[in-house]
Amino acid sequence: MTDQHIEAGLRSLRRPAPAGLLDAVLDRLGLGDAYVRVEGPIGPLFVAFGRDGISLVERARDAGDFEATFRAMFGRPVRRIDRAPVLIQRVIDARLWGRRRLSGPPPVDLHELPEFEQQVLRKVLEIPRGEVRPYAWVAAELGRPLAVRAVGNAVARNPIPFVIPCHRVVRSDGRIGEYGAGGPTAKRAVLEAEGFDTTELERLPARGVRFIGSDTTHVYCYPSCRNARRITPRHRVPLRSADVARQAGFRACQVCRPVDAPFRAA
Amino acid sequence: MAIAENDPLCARLADGLDEAFPELVVQHQQLVFGIAERVVGDSAAEDVAQEVFVRAYRALGRYPAERVRELRLRPWLGRMTINLARNTLRGRRPTTDLADLADLADHPQSTENGPHQHAQRREERRMWARLLAGLPPRYRLAVALRHVDELSYAELAETLGRPVGSVKSDVHRGIALLRAAYDAEQRGIAQEAS
Repeated sequence: MTDQHIEAGLRSLRRPAPAGLLDAVLDRLGLGDAYVRVEGPIGPLFVAFGRDGISLVERARDAGDFEATFRAMFGRPVRRIDRAPVLIQRVIDARLWGRRRLSGPPPVDLHELPEFEQQVLRKVLEIPRGEVRPYAWVAAELGRPLAVRAVGNAVARNPIPFVIPCHRVVRSDGRIGEYGAGGPTAKRAVLEAEGFDTTELERLPARGVRFIGSDTTHVYCYPSCRNARRITPRHRVPLRSADVARQAGFRACQVCRPVDAPFRAA
Repeated sequence: MAIAENDPLCARLADGLDEAFPELVVQHQQLVFGIAERVVGDSAAEDVAQEVFVRAYRALGRYPAERVRELRLRPWLGRMTINLARNTLRGRRPTTDLADLADLADHPQSTENGPHQHAQRREERRMWARLLAGLPPRYRLAVALRHVDELSYAELAETLGRPVGSVKSDVHRGIALLRAAYDAEQRGIAQEAS
């Protein structure tokens, strides 16, 4: 029995601290949430995050206002730090700038929101960069095709704009629609910053075109769907509605899953 | 014993307590929890560990930056943990007995080996926990701080507030007692087998 043997035996008694200890301590000290100022596509943003992920994003104006908003929403303070933790920085790079891909949905803390709003925002997370979907699409995807207005309200209250791309949700009639983080002008600017041609976006629906079909594959899509953008000009078929498309023998794209708005006004 | 270089984490704590504090918890939670667990037992250890860090944060906020820069965090936190754990124990019986300590050894550690080796490791950990728990308190604490938590002798002396020579001799004495207890146990096993 050497000393090394005894010492190795004693070392084996080390065990890790409980997983929740750090969070419990930071919560007790009010250090659980922090925020950073980062550059966003249309100007600087404040991004707040806690242990469950990003919890609040606003365009950076007054830090005191932002901290007050946070406290009002979550009932606890938030502290400013200079640099985002690595995981949060990755999300910022991926979602705000498209500089990298995430392996899954980004960590976002939506716990304070009603269940339906959470569903809406998680669905909006799926809309790819460079594409848009109508409010009616979100409603249909959630199995609530008539809840277009409720979807609009939920999107308007998105506490995590830019990261959850509510700017990619537009009206079925082609108008760009309202935007919680600065109105239609800001919405247009964010889309343009993502390389999206908003003039084109509005041009098609103004002529009554809602979908684009391919006369070779007989698949129809939302115009911004990556499959629609691949159709060469001479094979593009403008379509007024999903009904018309089906009657003409087209089937819906499995990527963008296009749907008609339940009523023309939406 | 040479005075160690200032810990870079201390400089960061002095510059921005709120930003650096989570790092302090990450780096020291195993130490603080481990000490707390050996004094108060498994069930109360997490509460003690939380309280240590909360108090550490408040103390760091009060200390002048120069003092924070020169802190030796491990002994500082270690001493705080021992004091707080002992205060927690005061007025109630310790929950730690031999069986508890053996349970502590039940944690999953490495899974890279097969189930047989895993079971054997666990048996060994149980044995060491039992032998350690059998030491007189004075030696038990010194041995555990030195060889489980792996404090240096200088850190150990500072944690216990005693001279280095004195804590060294406690550790050596404790190890000698452990060896004797181990040998006695092996002889017992051998006799049973024969």
